[in-house]
Amino acid sequence: MASIAADPTMAQAIETAALKSDRFRLEREADWIRLEEIVTKMEKGKARRLSDEDVLALPTLYRTLLSSLSIARENSLDAGLIDYLEGLALRSYFLVYGTQTSFGRWLKGFFGGGWSQAIRDIKLDIWIALFVMIAGTLIGYILVAGDSDWYYALVPGNFADTRVPGASEAALRETLFSTKEHDGLGVFAAYLFSNNAQVAILAFALGFAFAVPSILLLIHNMALLGAMLWVFAQRGLTVEFIGWLSIHGTTELFAILLAGAAGIHVGRSIAFPGAKSHLTAASDAGKRAALVMAGVVIMLICAGLLEGFARQLINDTGLRYLVGGAMLTFWLVYFFVFGRNRAEANP
Amino acid sequence: MNSTATDPWIRRSANPKLDRVMVSPEGVPLNVTVATAGARAGALTLDIIIILGLILGVTLLGLLVLWGFESAFGETVALEESGPLSVIAVLWIIAVFLFRNAYFLYFELGDRAATWGKRAVGIRVAARDGGRLTAEAVIARNIIRDIELFLPLVFLTSGEADGTMTDFTAWAGFLWVLMFLLFPLFNKDRLRCGDLIAGTWVIQNVKRNLGGVVAPSAELSADPVTGTTGSRYEFSDADLSVYGEFELQTLESVLRTGTDEALDTVTASICNKIGWEPGSGDERIFLEAYYTALRAKLEQGMRFGKRRKDKFSKGI
Repeated sequence: MASIAADPTMAQAIETAALKSDRFRLEREADWIRLEEIVTKMEKGKARRLSDEDVLALPTLYRTLLSSLSIARENSLDAGLIDYLEGLALRSYFLVYGTQTSFGRWLKGFFGGGWSQAIRDIKLDIWIALFVMIAGTLIGYILVAGDSDWYYALVPGNFADTRVPGASEAALRETLFSTKEHDGLGVFAAYLFSNNAQVAILAFALGFAFAVPSILLLIHNMALLGAMLWVFAQRGLTVEFIGWLSIHGTTELFAILLAGAAGIHVGRSIAFPGAKSHLTAASDAGKRAALVMAGVVIMLICAGLLEGFARQLINDTGLRYLVGGAMLTFWLVYFFVFGRNRAEANP
Repeated sequence: MNSTATDPWIRRSANPKLDRVMVSPEGVPLNVTVATAGARAGALTLDIIIILGLILGVTLLGLLVLWGFESAFGETVALEESGPLSVIAVLWIIAVFLFRNAYFLYFELGDRAATWGKRAVGIRVAARDGGRLTAEAVIARNIIRDIELFLPLVFLTSGEADGTMTDFTAWAGFLWVLMFLLFPLFNKDRLRCGDLIAGTWVIQNVKRNLGGVVAPSAELSADPVTGTTGSRYEFSDADLSVYGEFELQTLESVLRTGTDEALDTVTASICNKIGWEPGSGDERIFLEAYYTALRAKLEQGMRFGKRRKDKFSKGI
């Protein structure tokens, strides 16, 4: 404003403006133009180059602009001016109320309790998913125990190389304690991660359809596991098989459990929104589940590394149980104990 | 969400059905326009092309590095399983995973909340309730993209390649894709499933320049005390009560952008309406004077809460 008073031609223009609304505009346009310059710079990603005064002035200029807009709407019939103010108000609104968490800060909050909190929020769905997964394993086991042809229906071709019903103990033991193929483990781990992450994302995303597809996917995947368990149990390799599985499985199956639970959570909220509207319930549940899913991807990276390296390198069942058990304990403590008091202290 | 505009007779976009009002935390209603389905489709196509381009680029880069190793250390070293080949393969798998999943996340979390494709067509993501666009919302809306887009693509192409695809599964897959692709057309806010879950929507960017004062010549000759306009034209109250706000704003756009020809036509029709004899060579001055006088009258009425929509509504 000071610049306007100092500029005699501007002062004269305001003086001679025929319309009160034009006078209103001429008195304030310097502030608008300054705000527009700041906004344009920030939109172009040059926010760092703004001076301290500009950064400090942004909220004030934004609120001044909103009040100018409110006044102009009631006082001015200059459509071009109102259009300009509307556009600038929206642009600066998005900067003032934009995504202000930097990625680093978000990550800190996420690991420092946000992730655990989100998981505790969907506890009920985790129980449902756990029940479904156990049921799926039992179904697979019982089906194959009843009629071993079911095995071929449940297990896709690439898994069923030597691990088929009636395979000898030696052949099965070979698949569990293979000493070959230590090379190329990195590729294997990366492939497993990418593949598993896609399955987990699918389990979550399908929850959208009232959770039914998520549950079916969980049952199907676990039935496969149950069927394999039967094959190994027939040759008395149950303990070794579970050891082979647990080294990465405690992490991977936990991740799939959480992904399924997140999907069930969203589907359940859409089907039974309670007092909220369907849309609000869906978006609340979706945001909570998204946090869980971001974590699931991280767990799957760990699982992929364990599966690709540790499982092939550790060939002792006792050690495998130790690693798998340690991972499971770590996750359980992190999710259900860590950050609990802090979260409840300031909700 | 309230779907009435604050100024119902000011047309803001090509399709008024897409105009919405979003209330800012300060309580000021802001007009927003939902992005059209065509713009969304265009942005998505661009993004897919960019992602494919990035994947292709990384593949070529990998091959180039491999070729470099081969010529430097010989073929056997380069193709060894634990050698550079496996490192490159790991990096490649991770890069493709990131392009597929993190491309959208990274750009929509930025200041402009838009991927390159969205920027090119001028749209952005925003929170439906007018609050902050949170990281969780962006993650949620992009995870759902997987079942909407990538899953059916992979499903259809891999099924086709394996030859395991029956007619039934092909059609089921096709219907699945169609259901999600057309979902935005069946709700008024053009939400896709991911927007629904995340509480977001996609709206048009607005970028308008501040035009000059509409009628500068009238301003200079005006009397600052009374606000009456130039000495050359005097309009009676009757002359000014033939038009409303709609006509005033039409006249504004003619003055801002019109050609000389348009000015002639408008002058003739206004003179005809108020019973004046149109002069020639002086159209702009005349129109600016008339515009200023009409706007002064309508704005005065406005300050007393009386508004006149167009020439068909009751005078003030």
